[in-house]
Amino acid sequence: MTKDITLTIDGKEVSVPAGTLIPDAAKKIGIDIPVFCYHPKMEPVGMCRQCLVEIGRPAFDRTTGEAVLEEDGSPKINWGWKLETSCTNPVSEGMVVNTKSEKAVKGQNEMLEFQLLSHPLDCPVCDKGGECLLQDLTLAHGGTESRFNFDEKRHAEKKVALSDLIWLDRERCIQCGRCVRFQSEIVGEAVLGFEARGSHTQIMTTSEPGFDSAFSGNTTDICPVGALTTAQFRFGARPWEMEATASVCTECPVGCNTVLNTRRDVKTGGKVVVKRVMPRQNESVNETWICDKGRFTDFSADSRLTAPSIGWTDAIASAAQNLSAADEPIFVVDGSLPNEDLFNIKSLADEVGAKAYCYSEVGGGELTTKSGTYGKSGAGDAILVIGSDLYVDAPIFWLRAKQAVDRGATLIVATEEETRLDNFASTVVRDFAQGLEAAKEAFSKAENTVILYKGDDALAQSCADLNPTSLVGVWNDANTQGAWEMGYEAISDLDVLKGKTVYVAGKSALVASALEVAKFVVAQTAEDVQIAVSITEASGSKCVTLPSRNISESLGTFTSAERRVQLFHPAVPAEGDTLPGFVITAQVAEKMGVTLDIEAEDIFANFFDLSYADLSKTNPEEKLLIGGNCYENTQGVGVQL
Amino acid sequence: MLVELLRGLKTTFKMMLDKPVTIQYPEQKREVRPRYRGKHELKRYDNGLEKCIGCALCAAACPADAIFVEAGENTDEVRFSPGDRYASTYEINLLRCIYCGYCEDACPTGAIELEHEYDINFSSRLDAIADKDKMLVSLANDLSTPQETKPGTFTRSIPDMENPADY
Repeated sequence: MTKDITLTIDGKEVSVPAGTLIPDAAKKIGIDIPVFCYHPKMEPVGMCRQCLVEIGRPAFDRTTGEAVLEEDGSPKINWGWKLETSCTNPVSEGMVVNTKSEKAVKGQNEMLEFQLLSHPLDCPVCDKGGECLLQDLTLAHGGTESRFNFDEKRHAEKKVALSDLIWLDRERCIQCGRCVRFQSEIVGEAVLGFEARGSHTQIMTTSEPGFDSAFSGNTTDICPVGALTTAQFRFGARPWEMEATASVCTECPVGCNTVLNTRRDVKTGGKVVVKRVMPRQNESVNETWICDKGRFTDFSADSRLTAPSIGWTDAIASAAQNLSAADEPIFVVDGSLPNEDLFNIKSLADEVGAKAYCYSEVGGGELTTKSGTYGKSGAGDAILVIGSDLYVDAPIFWLRAKQAVDRGATLIVATEEETRLDNFASTVVRDFAQGLEAAKEAFSKAENTVILYKGDDALAQSCADLNPTSLVGVWNDANTQGAWEMGYEAISDLDVLKGKTVYVAGKSALVASALEVAKFVVAQTAEDVQIAVSITEASGSKCVTLPSRNISESLGTFTSAERRVQLFHPAVPAEGDTLPGFVITAQVAEKMGVTLDIEAEDIFANFFDLSYADLSKTNPEEKLLIGGNCYENTQGVGVQL
Repeated sequence: MLVELLRGLKTTFKMMLDKPVTIQYPEQKREVRPRYRGKHELKRYDNGLEKCIGCALCAAACPADAIFVEAGENTDEVRFSPGDRYASTYEINLLRCIYCGYCEDACPTGAIELEHEYDINFSSRLDAIADKDKMLVSLANDLSTPQETKPGTFTRSIPDMENPADY
């Protein structure tokens, strides 16, 4: 426990832990010190000089060590000659900070004039315009006129592709180095750097291919100007025109909190579409970051089926009739479905006495349901990553493993191929047995132990035998963990479906594989089913397709691999006549004489001792850790099971 | 009584000889004041390129939410405006518009101007939506967009504004 230190900022007293920097202490009592280069999650560098303040420290008598007092008995304060950068100064006892004195404000205003010295002021066409820190601070601290010559602005190429995803505008850059530091400090991949000096300083990428990192999109969020922007969102919309809806990323089982920015779009015929995906803060999951896989998720599905080809009434009737007529109907799902869909399908299966399987290539579901928290590991903890290249499978888990190492955790990597995590691991082996052996030894000395595995049942079992504090499966889908919690049986090949009547729900790939073997398939999917339909015709098997809504269109919950249940909201209107998955199941069930709930919230209450209101609780204190355009979490951080 | 009658008719005859204040609209049209705010026009530069850069600041300023803008990116092969960005869609709902002229004020390039046309009428609600085709001016020299331009001619993200007084 660090000691609290009391200081005075603008006449207000505040107590903060030792080591806190002045901008953070000020933010705590609602005083905003203007910053560009400072970011609460990174080491300060004092590069932009924007956060100039007056700092006074109490005077001490050098011979006695006693505090010197003024005549009126108050402590004597020594004021420095010059303004100091607040971001590089940790708080000290009795410190007095003036952020709004005439001298400090003059310093801040003049620094801002320097920032604008060579800025092109092309705000009308800049993708950052409207959510730009430089715009905000210019409004607060900028003068109406610059004393510098407009004609002598530095010119550079306007559009430099750092990678396929990220574009750099060197004119707009104010050399704060946030992106460079993010890559080297937080991600540990120093692929960005500064080149040249003085007014010619510019950002460049040192990797081949350019900006080779799975977290590159985050630099566009923390860039305080429009220097780094994404190619995907280029001229997509002005930030103020978009709606923001809380969602959860579905690309991997980490369950990063996101916000879907939506807007009406002419190019898609006037539909409301997802324009971009932004991170939403959740300090227990993704902090303020998301990976590029999640950020650049493509929500457009042009060839999607938007209504059953034979109409809803007939489709539901046909599905119910075929399922009722079958001797042993089988229900198969995958982890792409939300908990509500999974529950209704499981309920229906239970009612008709059928088997309910969840398709997963990764085994060990029954083991992870006991302990699935990953949490924030640090000194004294040990982590084993076995069988998974986290950088590809679950990038935010990768980032957290790397940061755990930074905090002093022991990391053991056991994978068949080389991975990017090897550089941070204390032990790297290319053999699972050796990995487990090494982990056994490390775990005997560690306090908290975490295993992240990806493999079959046998691997899961041998991981569980090590008795870790947390056993986390790196599933292929976002909600596979949710299916295990619900009691689905695992299945890794679809041979059991041979000649059977099957209710399949999930990705189109699963539907396609089921069609190859099953006698009759009731397919519930939100994906493109063109492939599936062409296979039906080829194989001569029969199929009825029930198009469901996707994540951006529906309300529901996901359970992450760490067993955190999180809520997502509908961001765009449903496409065509699609229905929520749980409603489709309920309608089929009704025809079969089984009554199921049709409201997401009611269904949720059936299987968790929780409500949506519990999932919507937030932690307002955390927003002090946001630096950049990451959304504050106002819609709920979810619940850890 | 006759005197009263003649006194009244005097005014009548006097007004008969006066120049009438009314005009025969729509055969005749009155000249409006220079600052009259009529139907919008989207302006072009002399080289035919559109002044609009698709920044949507007009839409942001519009108190009636009558403007919808969607932006696209120029290339040297297909160029609409001098900078990086142009309006691929620009629509004003003339039924919603209150002709306040805030869009003019918000425009950083002087692309939109409320001109003098005031007999604005439509036969359907859809007709009331003025798109780029209806609002872009045609130049005397017949230059239009899109144009193919020489690489390196337009390298700035926004057009250089040589004389700010023009805008």
